[in-house]
Amino acid sequence: MPLNVVSLVSVGRHPQSGRQRRAEQDGRAVELGMNLEVAQNSQLTVLHAGASSEPVLRTYAGMGLPELKVLELAEQDDAVPALGDYLQSANADIVLTGVRAESGESSGMVPYLLAEQLGWPLVPRIADIVSIDDGVAEILLALPRGQRRAVSVPLPFVASVDNAAAEARQTAYGPGMRARIEGNKVVTEVDEVRSGWQESDAKPRPKRLKVVKAKTAADRFKAATAKPQGKAGKVMKSESAKEQAEEIFKLLLEEKVIK
Amino acid sequence: MSGEVLRRDPRAEWIARNRLHPLHGTINVGEEAEVRGPSGLIRKNPHKVGFIGPNGIKRIDRLKGNAAAAGLGRRSSGPQEVQLPLHAVENPDFYIVVVPDLVGGRLTSQDKDMLGQAHKLVKGIEGEGAVVAVCFGESKEEGYDTAGVDRLIHLGGEEYEGFAPEQRLAALMQVEAQLQPKHWLFPDSVHGGTDLGSRLAARLSERPAVQAWQVDHASTVSRGASGSKDIQRATPRILLLAEECADPIDETRHEVQAIELAAVPLAITRLKDQGQVAVDPNAIPLGEAEFILSAGNGIHNWEQFHEAAEVLGATEGASRVAVDDGFMPRFRQVGATGTWVTARVYIAVGISGAIQHMQGIGQCDKVIAINSDAGCDMVKRAALSAIGDSEEVLAELIKLMQVHKAEQAEGGDQNAA
Repeated sequence: MPLNVVSLVSVGRHPQSGRQRRAEQDGRAVELGMNLEVAQNSQLTVLHAGASSEPVLRTYAGMGLPELKVLELAEQDDAVPALGDYLQSANADIVLTGVRAESGESSGMVPYLLAEQLGWPLVPRIADIVSIDDGVAEILLALPRGQRRAVSVPLPFVASVDNAAAEARQTAYGPGMRARIEGNKVVTEVDEVRSGWQESDAKPRPKRLKVVKAKTAADRFKAATAKPQGKAGKVMKSESAKEQAEEIFKLLLEEKVIK
Repeated sequence: MSGEVLRRDPRAEWIARNRLHPLHGTINVGEEAEVRGPSGLIRKNPHKVGFIGPNGIKRIDRLKGNAAAAGLGRRSSGPQEVQLPLHAVENPDFYIVVVPDLVGGRLTSQDKDMLGQAHKLVKGIEGEGAVVAVCFGESKEEGYDTAGVDRLIHLGGEEYEGFAPEQRLAALMQVEAQLQPKHWLFPDSVHGGTDLGSRLAARLSERPAVQAWQVDHASTVSRGASGSKDIQRATPRILLLAEECADPIDETRHEVQAIELAAVPLAITRLKDQGQVAVDPNAIPLGEAEFILSAGNGIHNWEQFHEAAEVLGATEGASRVAVDDGFMPRFRQVGATGTWVTARVYIAVGISGAIQHMQGIGQCDKVIAINSDAGCDMVKRAALSAIGDSEEVLAELIKLMQVHKAEQAEGGDQNAA
């Protein structure tokens, strides 16, 4: 039986122009799903919760998808219950999402709430799915500083796809326009909490100033002019090269930069 | 009329008036008496101030002869350790729990900002509150007290090491049951703070404020829509705080009392950590590399340098001289005109430390210098410096690393067997 992979997509926002676009991480989630289709016996469904008339969906479809599923929701509706119900009934094995949406609240809570609702494990910030054998997936997590961690997790699971995953392929206009976008009527819940919030354009955040809490004028003067000099560390002058190397090696081990 | 006859000495008066007269200095012109100008202001004769120092330069002693004493007093006390006032919370009415990232076992600057934010929240809420830090894994931090930790829960067991979000979540649920904290604060960071905070929020069905950057006890402003919107709302229980959300604690010392946590049940872990994967260090962008071995003018054996970087598993960097001389590519250059690096450990081999280079490594945590000149700026900046021939030190370092690797391979085999 082929695995059911579901990629959730949303409407992105271009960081400079603010125009709607294919979301960066969601695109990568679709790319990962499409690559899994090739590598594994699996079947990809691309799912969007929102309006089926959304033109951005065509850019996802232009990656080579014959069809997209849409759960029809209004702007103020909560996407999580509808998505949860759908995934429960659709027998999904793997759910891929971006880490954070580029529009709306951008809280990044959708994968967590879905995992909690479905009772599935959640794998945060994945870079790749290496293999799936006997219902256990080997996954590479993207850690900060370009590091990777291998994790194994049983199916089914929810995973959020990091920017370190393979870049989304180019989107083609014609196939995108021809793809079938199927809107499904779902029971909706209005996001009541959100309606109580005030939203405004982001104000630039004040830069943190280096406040010098000096008691005397001499201290203030020193803080303003002196080069910031950390306490001089340990200096090994007379030791032999071997001893010096050992000391350095000890520090490297302590800092856990060598394994 | 008094019987006293006022006698004047015209010559002395003349000498006193004429400051160019050779005897002018010997005549004491009523020093005590203040001279008032026509408007009633006290006038000072600037020529009378000071004395001629030993090498013929006029010296003005503004400390009125107290200089020696003051200098002595300061010197005797030495570099004084300032004892900050202790902020004690005996019977807290409520708790605010902070879960720091503790990258490399130490509080990050974001963790410290978060502790500052926690104390800001405590001040805003009525009653006495304590800030609890929940720390996972190995901790090398010594400054919990000055960072603002009133109570500490340290969970250092093996089950919390590495990637263990499910077990950590179980521990946080235990904290929730035991302390019923008023707020939970997490750093919104890639080091795991966001992940853990989101997990807890989903488990507790709380709606967190993410990327919160202006928080007080009543309202919170957070960034939404990929940083293009500000969302203002009532402060929720769970906060994922952005960088520089508040100022860190710097004027008080705190108790750091340990809190004993009732036994945490072992969670069912479905995510199995298989350990970190070896990544080609040179494929990591220089700006985000964790461990950099950087070469400068002092390197002559370049093959050995590349070998050392490979054996140590360090990303290669270079000073401007090394790049200009064509030994390293331009994208490896560290410094003002190259890349500003954020490495945790930076080894500078044969780099004396031009100011442009020092700017580039400003964010580095531990700098190790290998240099032949003990007086160079890099040695002043470094936490550890080896003065000597860099080639010899690197050779020894390569040897040590090879031995270490061989030992590890042996250990691994034994574990496997």
